Amino acid sequence: MEHAKSGPSSWPELADVVPVPHDDGPSPVVPIAYRDDFREVMDYFRALYVTGERSPRALRLTAEAIELNPGNYTVWHFRRLILEALDFDLLEEMKFVGKIAECNPKNYQIWHHKRWLAEKLGPDIANKEHEFTMKILAIDAKNYHAWSHRQWVLQALGGWETELEYCNQLLKEDVFNNSAWNQRYFVITRSPLLGGLTVVRDSEVDYTIEAILANPQNESPWRYLKGLYKGENNLLVDDERISGVCFKVLKNDWTCVFALSLLLDLLCTGLQLSDELKSTLEPIRSSHPETADADPATVVCCILQKCDPLRVNYWSWFKATLSQIS
Amino acid sequence: MDPSPQSAPPTGDDPAAAADPELPRLTVTQVEQMKVEARVGDIYRALFGAAPNTKSIMLELWRDQHIEYLTRGLRHLGPAFHVLDANRPWLCYWMVHPLALLDEALDDDLENDIIDFLARCQDKDGGYSGGPGQLPHLATTYAAVNTLVTIGSERALSSINRDNLYKFMFRMKDVSGAFRMHDGGEIDVRASYTAISVASLVNILDVELAKGVGDFIASCQTYEGGIAGEPYAEAHGGYTFCGLAALILLNEAEKVDLPSLIGWVAFRQGVECGFQGRTNKLVDGCYSFWQGAAIALTQKLITIVDKQLKSSYSCKRPSGEDACSTSSYGCTAKKFSSAVDYAKFGFDFIQQSNQIGPLFHNIALQQYILLCSQVLEGGLRDKPGKNRDHYHSCYCLSGLSVSQYSAMTDADSCPLPQHVLGPYSNLLEPIHPLYNVVLDKYHTAYEFFSKE
Repeated sequence: MEHAKSGPSSWPELADVVPVPHDDGPSPVVPIAYRDDFREVMDYFRALYVTGERSPRALRLTAEAIELNPGNYTVWHFRRLILEALDFDLLEEMKFVGKIAECNPKNYQIWHHKRWLAEKLGPDIANKEHEFTMKILAIDAKNYHAWSHRQWVLQALGGWETELEYCNQLLKEDVFNNSAWNQRYFVITRSPLLGGLTVVRDSEVDYTIEAILANPQNESPWRYLKGLYKGENNLLVDDERISGVCFKVLKNDWTCVFALSLLLDLLCTGLQLSDELKSTLEPIRSSHPETADADPATVVCCILQKCDPLRVNYWSWFKATLSQIS
Repeated sequence: MDPSPQSAPPTGDDPAAAADPELPRLTVTQVEQMKVEARVGDIYRALFGAAPNTKSIMLELWRDQHIEYLTRGLRHLGPAFHVLDANRPWLCYWMVHPLALLDEALDDDLENDIIDFLARCQDKDGGYSGGPGQLPHLATTYAAVNTLVTIGSERALSSINRDNLYKFMFRMKDVSGAFRMHDGGEIDVRASYTAISVASLVNILDVELAKGVGDFIASCQTYEGGIAGEPYAEAHGGYTFCGLAALILLNEAEKVDLPSLIGWVAFRQGVECGFQGRTNKLVDGCYSFWQGAAIALTQKLITIVDKQLKSSYSCKRPSGEDACSTSSYGCTAKKFSSAVDYAKFGFDFIQQSNQIGPLFHNIALQQYILLCSQVLEGGLRDKPGKNRDHYHSCYCLSGLSVSQYSAMTDADSCPLPQHVLGPYSNLLEPIHPLYNVVLDKYHTAYEFFSKE
């Protein structure tokens, strides 16, 4: 077998190591046609892993193995054991894993390794980690791992001061970014600096309504708006701005599914329609003669069955359930 | 605060848009969505405009091609697959399971070789790893066990060392009640599901393994209604399936706000007819299973759903707080630790009839899978423009099966022709949606492991 020039078989420090070949047995299944350089690195890795050697040469070997396959969680695990045994410079290690993360931003093992390191490095590393996730999110603003890591760093190591502003910025760039809305929810409910949901709810409602009116077809702020009143259906119904935005949007476009859906929630929770609001429903009601005597909630269900055909099964079930419940 | 200089500037910097203030600036999300809608729209227009003969061919499930693609992979994978060198039981499952869905038997030699290979992946102290000599991992354990159950022979099922498997799982349990994926590994809802699913399937699930899991999963339900990987992360289809399925296996489904969950999943089906994984993200064939199965599961939970809806709409205590009282079995479990037959929850669930029809558009979903996910040369993919792979082949076909059977009252009754898009020969084998193994194979395993 030809060995790669710079592969482990040519490293003087590994001269005494006998590589352990891959063993799939006599009749392999899902066999991968490994390239020579891959095979060689993993054969040497296996040799040191089996003996549990925690040395600088083992560390160097894990780096090779990781670069070939960053998804090998066994190699990462072994690397962590070596790092601990050698009391290695963890800031250096952060730099190492950062480089790998940039090329593999959706790999679980890499992000888990970063979390492990950050936990050991403590609050001092918080800013650097936020810079890092920000860099990743600038390329892909919805990277799930990056957001999870960012949330973990905030909760474990801090850095809340500028997070709401960061959400503002991301939403300015892309108001459809649901990850940014989710982060916003996280900040307003979990930040130790803002006082909690009840304190900021009022201003958040205004912010969200503005976003809705700018893009009524954007699902994110509608869900966020409901989220602001999670577990508080009474308050949701009592806040006139909520029914207000529904009707404002419906006046322009009575087929807006999100507005109808929120209106339905409100009606089910006891919203009483003012005469003005009832009259808004009139033209819709008259073009659906089957709703002549129905209560407003049922009327809205009927409209939804027609104008949201993809969800006709869902709305039909909902309508049937409503009549049973009331 | 400024984004990295290497990032692409947001479309707001586009000089054309800046020149005309009347033109709304399109965001990245909108642009990407429009591109996909255009591609999918072209395909559907071709279908609707086609002659009846052409239509039938377009809507056909290209069984032979998929079988060839999947079977080939079992005996050979190119060098590029080295990135999955720590996921080889997954590769087994992603091929063996869809072949079973297509009702394609494997020859005996191949079956025995798979059993032998997975035995090499079984750690001496329990659990299965990503390959021989690697660390045992809950996800690869799930894949290995599901593969063995799909093979279903006595030899396959008895190769699982259940005692050690239990010990491995117990070691993976965290103080919070959740599970780590591997020694020193990450904690998330996937780990909870893979552990509970396997434990239930091989009948080693007990109170010690079960405790705290339901509460952890419930803490991962977001304001949107879906479930996230960890508390406060974004609602996501994969984690929503994992969370809900695990809860059902624990008989703790009432711990989440089901109406809210259903409402979120229902809205993940978009104009493309397939499912997206998260709000305002792109459609992807694999969510045909993650989201499709999640919402299909709720067809058997309507009693709890109705109860929660009633209490939330009557302005009393918010739904979800009645955890203990709505599931008497769940409470009893705490008192009589050895008396809970957890495996039976999985069995009873599938025996139970659907209380309602599908809450998603099952025909539209089939349309997406058949027209947009299938690849002519065999295999299935995320969306047009992406390459096929075994993972998507597995989950697109799993999703196809779920939608074909979703309108039936009982899990294994034969769907009517109107429930199956395309020729009736498109019909796949039914699955047990909590474990995602073919239903017949599940029953064989259930009998085998209940004797143990």
